Amino acid sequence: MNRWLRINPIACTGHGLCAEILPELIRLDEWGYPILPSSQVQEHLLPLAKRAVRLCPALALRLDREAK
Amino acid sequence: MTAGRSRHAQAGYELARRLGTTSRLTYGWRDSDRPASLRTHVARYGPAPAAVPGRTGWLIDVVTEAGLTGRGGAGFPSGVKMRSVARQRGPAVVVANGMESEPASDKDEALLSRAPHLVLDGVALAAAAVGADQVHLALPHDKRWLAAALRHAVTERTHARLDPVPIEVHGLPHGYVSSSESAVISWLNGGEAKPTAVPPRPFERGVDRRPTLISNVETFAHIALIARLGPRWFRRAGLPDAPGSMLTTIGGAVTAPGVHEIEAGTTIGELLELGGADRDASAVLIGGYFGTWSRIADAARLPLAKTALKRIDASPGAGVLLVLPAGTCGVIETARVLAWLASQSAGQCGPCMFGLPAIADDFAQLASCRPQGRVLDRLDRRLGVVTGRGACAHPDGTARLARSALYAFAADVHAHATGRPCLQARRARERGSSARVRMLPIPELAGTRSRP
Repeated sequence: MNRWLRINPIACTGHGLCAEILPELIRLDEWGYPILPSSQVQEHLLPLAKRAVRLCPALALRLDREAK
Repeated sequence: MTAGRSRHAQAGYELARRLGTTSRLTYGWRDSDRPASLRTHVARYGPAPAAVPGRTGWLIDVVTEAGLTGRGGAGFPSGVKMRSVARQRGPAVVVANGMESEPASDKDEALLSRAPHLVLDGVALAAAAVGADQVHLALPHDKRWLAAALRHAVTERTHARLDPVPIEVHGLPHGYVSSSESAVISWLNGGEAKPTAVPPRPFERGVDRRPTLISNVETFAHIALIARLGPRWFRRAGLPDAPGSMLTTIGGAVTAPGVHEIEAGTTIGELLELGGADRDASAVLIGGYFGTWSRIADAARLPLAKTALKRIDASPGAGVLLVLPAGTCGVIETARVLAWLASQSAGQCGPCMFGLPAIADDFAQLASCRPQGRVLDRLDRRLGVVTGRGACAHPDGTARLARSALYAFAADVHAHATGRPCLQARRARERGSSARVRMLPIPELAGTRSRP
């Protein structure tokens, strides 16, 4: 099943936890805020993506079923 | 045909002839600098067609057929927007956006202060068409005189028992991002006038969580005329893919600065002619501070229309053209605007809050010919990094302006980046910094633009 990772840029405060959990999908810009080159989450990364969503201290990440 | 209908047709014909293709919204502006009273308005345009119960979809059909697009900057098809609001369940809300926070634009203020009832007619007609029971007009709170004029116009309409749903006039905090539709809706909902994360889009959930039609005030004025004269009349002006007339603000090195009504799709060259642009000027800013710098030679043949301008990565925006005076350094001017835009960030999204000041600082280094490190590489990376990463388009628009300056003033940028001022900047230095030409209007420097 396809999932897309979304960042709420207003909620995000740049803790950077997501990039540590999921470096395959997320890197940080020079100010510490996450960049997603591609938001689609491949099957094998889904458990990690769910973990990143759960652990985000700002609740700024979510997984969507739609491409947008 | 009955005598009544033929009289009506005759009046429509006469009105269409009078308005032509470029004095539709601006009809009669030359004769008076005061807001047209309800009586004057009706004498000019005739009464607005009365809403017919059970035929509410009629207006949405004619607006769709007319091909009207939003005049606030995004250029979204108005008929589609109205229909998506009307299709939602429950009573809707209509918001007319007159915030006009673009410092180089004057057209909304000009329209509201000359023809308030044209806007209010359109708002009332749209409210009936989408089934709204709340109608709001959002104005910047620092233009108190404008809000007073509009409140007076609303009172005239109340006495004439024109609008079944009363129009509420609001004064909102004025900042560059507070005019974005989600910021206006957030404020009407009791929050701050700052952009919010989308979705939900306003048509799904806006004011009071209800389907909300929010459009620029000029868009509503066109709706008022399309309702009277029909879609075919509307299309007599403009291009097939950019129909109608539109208001533009032409500024900078021109002899006739200010608001002009033009046919949509008029070429930039024709507009420069209309504004009396300095023949020695070589660059123009298209679309305002979220806009694009272009060499006049590259842009002159292109129409001021969305599809055509895509070719040079530009957009008409709210219809702003600013001509850079000959002998003015585009790098320095852009650096000033970028510093202001960075200061206008709502401070909500990290890439905007930290990225825009960093970009503005890079540009300031360029402008002063004191680059630190590889400033152009750094700028290129940062402009890419901030784009698309805000809740609103503020970082994208700012990056677009910066990128277009790097391209349009490439030779000057190169000189500055290697520590040598371009010719214009050198002359400005020789004249002394106090004599430096500053042409782009920036609110803090220009002071308040309010009139008595």
